[in-house]
Amino acid sequence: METRNFYNTILTEHNLHPEHKHVLKDANLMLEGVNPSCGDDIVLQLKVEDGCITDGAFEGSGCAISQASVDIMLDLIIGRKKEEALHLAEIFLKMIQGKATEEEMEELEEASALSDISHMPARVKCAVLGWHTLEDMFNDN
Amino acid sequence: MKDYKKDFPLLQDHSLVYLDSAATAQRPYSVLEAEQEFYKKSNSNPLRGLYRIGMAATDAYEGARERVRAFLNASSTEEIIFTRNTTESINLVAYSYGLTRLKQGDEILVTIAEHHSNLLPWQMVAAQTGAKLVFLECEKDGSFLEKNIEAAVSEKTKLAAIGHISNVLGSVAPVEKIIKLVHQKGGVVLVDAAQSAPHITVDVEKLDADFLAFSGHKLMAPMGIGVLYGKKALLQKMPPFLRGGEMIDKVTREGAIYTQLPHKFEAGTVNAAGAVGLAAAIDYMEQVGIENIQKREQELTKLAFEQMQQIPYLKILGSTKPEEHHGILSFTIEGVHPHDIASILDESNIAVRAGHHCAQPLLEYLGDKVTTRASIAFYNDEEDIEHFIACLKEIRRRMGYGD
Repeated sequence: METRNFYNTILTEHNLHPEHKHVLKDANLMLEGVNPSCGDDIVLQLKVEDGCITDGAFEGSGCAISQASVDIMLDLIIGRKKEEALHLAEIFLKMIQGKATEEEMEELEEASALSDISHMPARVKCAVLGWHTLEDMFNDN
Repeated sequence: MKDYKKDFPLLQDHSLVYLDSAATAQRPYSVLEAEQEFYKKSNSNPLRGLYRIGMAATDAYEGARERVRAFLNASSTEEIIFTRNTTESINLVAYSYGLTRLKQGDEILVTIAEHHSNLLPWQMVAAQTGAKLVFLECEKDGSFLEKNIEAAVSEKTKLAAIGHISNVLGSVAPVEKIIKLVHQKGGVVLVDAAQSAPHITVDVEKLDADFLAFSGHKLMAPMGIGVLYGKKALLQKMPPFLRGGEMIDKVTREGAIYTQLPHKFEAGTVNAAGAVGLAAAIDYMEQVGIENIQKREQELTKLAFEQMQQIPYLKILGSTKPEEHHGILSFTIEGVHPHDIASILDESNIAVRAGHHCAQPLLEYLGDKVTTRASIAFYNDEEDIEHFIACLKEIRRRMGYGD
């Protein structure tokens, strides 16, 4: 049996010291994402101006994977255009299915640290919670 | 000390530390062989075949029923119904007894510690009949106060459904006391023995239970075979739960005359190989000896319990006495989500359960909505516990905490 280790420093750092875990007072987009079976629960808040994500934050509770993943996501998408963010979400979801190329993984920067979760089907829903919430948020608007 | 792992194919892999026996036990070779033997040598539809192997299949199936009868100390094989699992056994009673006998003004008593499978069927009966669902609350250690039991039981208590051993806390409910009280008031009691039958002696006559349900798979039998014990006088008056093949005496265009117990409750082709496997599991269990099983499980639970208590930020739910846990140790580690604990343990090939353990009302009541649960069986060994404890000690550090 191979040893797996996806609780790397990037993940644990973002879980213990999330930079974006707070209330975003001037958010103009807000959506809750929940995994009912495990209790992961986040509220994603974005400030979007002229199609650009100028600021973002989240609140909520859950396992380290769900919380770190959304914090990493916010690091990556703040300052980007909506289309770019959706493109990154697509790559992230591909990576979690084990289907992303090396070039695509590079685009994900720190988020690529979660790639090992593709070997852990039971935890996939934790890793993708923030990203799915982001997609839902933009697709509904 | 006998090496029980030798008897289990999956435990030949010594890198695996299996601490999830409360979810499902491992199966010994003898059970797998018995199941296969049925298919190899007497495979045919039991209770129907008028030929040699058909009779062999019937004998094997009915022999398994007798084995279960003796195991539970029931007075007749007519009182032993084969089902798929505990859930189906409880649903059978809910539909065939609960829905037909209960009415508005009646009360159904359950404890706050019930597994969802011994709660949802009664919520359904309450909703459909107008009966009231009453909760008997336990203390934080899983014990029940006598005054609370006495206050919860009245003439209105027509049915009580009580888990024998909690799948979260491992504590034993005072079923004998509850049965006695409910009987005095004229009600009946169903005992959910899913967690108790694999670990302690379950004697339906001594308990005086009216119904008792357990699953084969937690007792080392194949998945998909379970048992409902019911007192003959009650079962006789109950309508069938499912209707179909091999449960009738006569069928006309308009209706049917149902057959006798126990087959009245076993519509359709039965899981005969599963029943044969269950008989083999009981044989194996009795060969090891229930006293040896208990002694071994207590030793290992105590070893794990005492070392877990030394780990900072770790809290064990339930009793402070390891012998009251029956191998079940639910715990939390401050600052680490149970799903992360389970995943980190899995990195070292240690299998535990994490989540709400199908007992959300109890966890809500105890204040820890999710926990991690290690459950120990007699086939575990000291090495398993040492490996588990060593990994537990590392978890907070692995999650980036300084201690």
